[in-house]
Amino acid sequence: MEHDIFGAIDEKTVLDANQVVINMGPQHPSTHGVLRVKLTLDGERVIDTDCIIGYLHRGTEKIVENRPYAAGVPYFDRTDYVAAVSNNLGYVECVEKMLGVEVPPRVQYIRTMMTEFQRIASHLLWLGTHALDIGAMTVFLYAFREREEILKLFEALFGARLTIHAFRIGGLWQDLPVGFLDACRRFSDTIGEHINEYEGLLTNNRIWLERTRDIGVISAQDAIDLGLTGPVLRGSGVNYDVRKARPYSAYADFDFDIPLGVHGDTYDRYLVRIEEMRQSNRIIQQCITRMPTGPIRAKAPRVIKPPVGEYYHSVEGPKGELGYYIVSEGKTSPYRVRIRPPTFINLQALKKLVKGHLVADVVAIIGTLDIVLGEIDR
Amino acid sequence: MIDQIIFYTLAFIIVAMSLMVILARNAVRSALYLISALLGFAALYIRLQAELLAGVQILVYVGGIMVLFLFVIMLVSVRTMEHQARQTRQWKAAVVIALGVAAELIYLIVRGGSIFVTKQPPDALLTKSQNTQVVGEALYSTYLLPFEIASVLLLVAMIGAVVLAKKKI
Amino acid sequence: MNILVNYVVIPLVKIVVIVAILSGGIAYLTLMERKVIARLQHRLGPMRVGWHGILQPIADGLKFIIKEDIIPIKADRFVFTIAPGISLVPAFIVFSVIPFGPPDSLWGTGGYVTDVNIALLFAVAVSSVGVLGVILGGWASNSKYPLLGALRSSAQMVSYEVAMGFGIIGVLLVANSLSLVEIVEKQRSMGVWFFFVQPIAFLIYYFCGMAETNRLPFDLPEAETELVGGFHTEYSGFRFSLFFIAEYANMITVSSLAVTLFFGGWLRPFSSVAALSFLDIIPPPLWFVIKVLIFLYIFIWVRGTLPRFRFDQLMRIGWKVFLPVAMANVMVTGAILLKFL
Repeated sequence: MEHDIFGAIDEKTVLDANQVVINMGPQHPSTHGVLRVKLTLDGERVIDTDCIIGYLHRGTEKIVENRPYAAGVPYFDRTDYVAAVSNNLGYVECVEKMLGVEVPPRVQYIRTMMTEFQRIASHLLWLGTHALDIGAMTVFLYAFREREEILKLFEALFGARLTIHAFRIGGLWQDLPVGFLDACRRFSDTIGEHINEYEGLLTNNRIWLERTRDIGVISAQDAIDLGLTGPVLRGSGVNYDVRKARPYSAYADFDFDIPLGVHGDTYDRYLVRIEEMRQSNRIIQQCITRMPTGPIRAKAPRVIKPPVGEYYHSVEGPKGELGYYIVSEGKTSPYRVRIRPPTFINLQALKKLVKGHLVADVVAIIGTLDIVLGEIDR
Repeated sequence: MIDQIIFYTLAFIIVAMSLMVILARNAVRSALYLISALLGFAALYIRLQAELLAGVQILVYVGGIMVLFLFVIMLVSVRTMEHQARQTRQWKAAVVIALGVAAELIYLIVRGGSIFVTKQPPDALLTKSQNTQVVGEALYSTYLLPFEIASVLLLVAMIGAVVLAKKKI
Repeated sequence: MNILVNYVVIPLVKIVVIVAILSGGIAYLTLMERKVIARLQHRLGPMRVGWHGILQPIADGLKFIIKEDIIPIKADRFVFTIAPGISLVPAFIVFSVIPFGPPDSLWGTGGYVTDVNIALLFAVAVSSVGVLGVILGGWASNSKYPLLGALRSSAQMVSYEVAMGFGIIGVLLVANSLSLVEIVEKQRSMGVWFFFVQPIAFLIYYFCGMAETNRLPFDLPEAETELVGGFHTEYSGFRFSLFFIAEYANMITVSSLAVTLFFGGWLRPFSSVAALSFLDIIPPPLWFVIKVLIFLYIFIWVRGTLPRFRFDQLMRIGWKVFLPVAMANVMVTGAILLKFL
């Protein structure tokens, strides 16, 4: 019979709270996969955190170095496995940049549209799990209801739902199926109302406000210093979005806003992501009405042998700047592939954000960072 | 007859549980035995038709104070307590006090009931089913001063606890 | 002989009947919760076992019994074993004083097991004992998350009991009795439910009741997304189900007391209006059950809608909002009663 939860303690410190080290994860319901956070607690207050990662390490980058360029694409479906389309886009565009291939406008529009669908799907998953972590279980199921519709669209176009081999180097696997744009339009007409529904449950809810306002505050300067990107950065009011800063694909053609937060707290990041879904929907609607006709493949060489050099291309993934750095030696497979995973870098902020908060806030802050362990561990 | 059986059973339970409170090595077990003893007292009060006291006993002691006791015990490592020496230097003083109390008790038992002044309560009180009102009236009329003194004492204790616990205000 | 029948046989029969109904009620409350939550969330809920999942509670019960009962090797076996019982038994005992029907019903024996003169105090006192099971279970698991859950629940229960007690005192002042039967009778003779006399007391009682039963938005001791499962993390199988049953029994207790204290117990709506006497077609115990079901529905509805409070917010609300408001309510009620009655 051992009751040594606090370790040996000095009798004098009985009235002062003792420090407890507690392992949150890798099998904890709200660490979004296999993140393990070592919390040092004073009562329920967090003094220190330590992230232990690598439980999902699969050596993706190394595997890709030993495959032909085209065969590398599917491996990136599995890094950020809830945003496979965005991952594919980054890699495919990077290789196209290496080859100097210009893809036809129809391909660009379809890619843009599907990536924005993926952004909505990823944000819906984030919203559902984030709300569930804070205890609002209904939002979770509402969000998954709409995500399901997006996954159905993916299935119709790409043949898979989660780990989608969405794009090919130089174009697409197939053109849009019959009636696909109508299905997209139907979804895009209703999603706005559904987003209002989620907001109705959360945005002005007193408990939600209490749980998210002033929780995990990070200033704009700190956010930049830590290299944060995506909604986590924009929640602090920094206007940086790769879609606007270095437009890729067809983003330059579209009209959309970049929502920004003010306080840099969990609530602002929530508002930013909610608004991003609306803006994504705007882009989708523009894509649908202005969808050009034309070929769906560029003239890309059958055997891909990019010229010698180093290349970097980044896209705005749902979670931040998703970059691909590829070194070519002029062979059929890359010499080095390195991903800039947004959530890996965003996770750095956890230590800073959590300090001084309570255990319950740790859960809220992990949720607001929107991490995916597949991408962090690669 | 039945009355006596009930009384002695309850008395036995209370005494046995009280003994276990001080004999148990594990503080949480001690607390459990103390809860049992307190529940035994509540049952005794019911037998004496002091239902209000019984209810208050459970509400305040079992549901309130014991919860706080357990709260504190849980914060202390029980294992270290189990390894501590059972006899401290205070044992001589303890023996003296225990003998004194025992002598007192034996004297009372030998002298029997004759030393207590027993007054049959007026029938009006007994027939009145609202024993809450009786207690309330007594507390706020006859025993108002002791009641107020107890309240002030508790307030002082509360402030003292806050000062001790919150060193940095 | 008569004594034996009056004080042993009749109460025993009533106890058996109530325990049976209550157990069945708890089982089907779980089904009701799953179905209602499912409707709120655009799902169907259990559909496989029986027609629309009607036999699901039985399947769940079987599963709990068949599952392996794991006692962690470092747990305090004795305390770990009895803790679920400590939590469950008080939850059932409370029903011995809750009146389901008027005193002249059931062939003159009264629609309750017993009518003690301190029934209300008894109910509050006994239900406050249940928290000991939660605390001891959390401690005995000898694991960190359960311990945090136990610490949370001990602080939570003690704080909210105080506010709840003060909330109830408002009713006491009006009813002038601790007997639940008399409280209902008083509502009949006054011709008004105490909810309309003491609305603030009701709100405080119901919110504190939610906190006492560990329901969302106050379910911090078990908060599954923070503390994994809180105090019952290490429990499995049958022992876990005892905690589970206790939670649902407490939900029914809180709802029943709310109905008895504030919504006229077994009385039909507008019991003093003779024109509505056709409502008497529904017998009093059924009125009681209908009202209780409404409150249970609110419990479930709230769970489907609200997020969870944080621990410090919970304590702040308990001590800085509920308690002062409840005390003010007592004072104002007392002053009005002194002045005008």
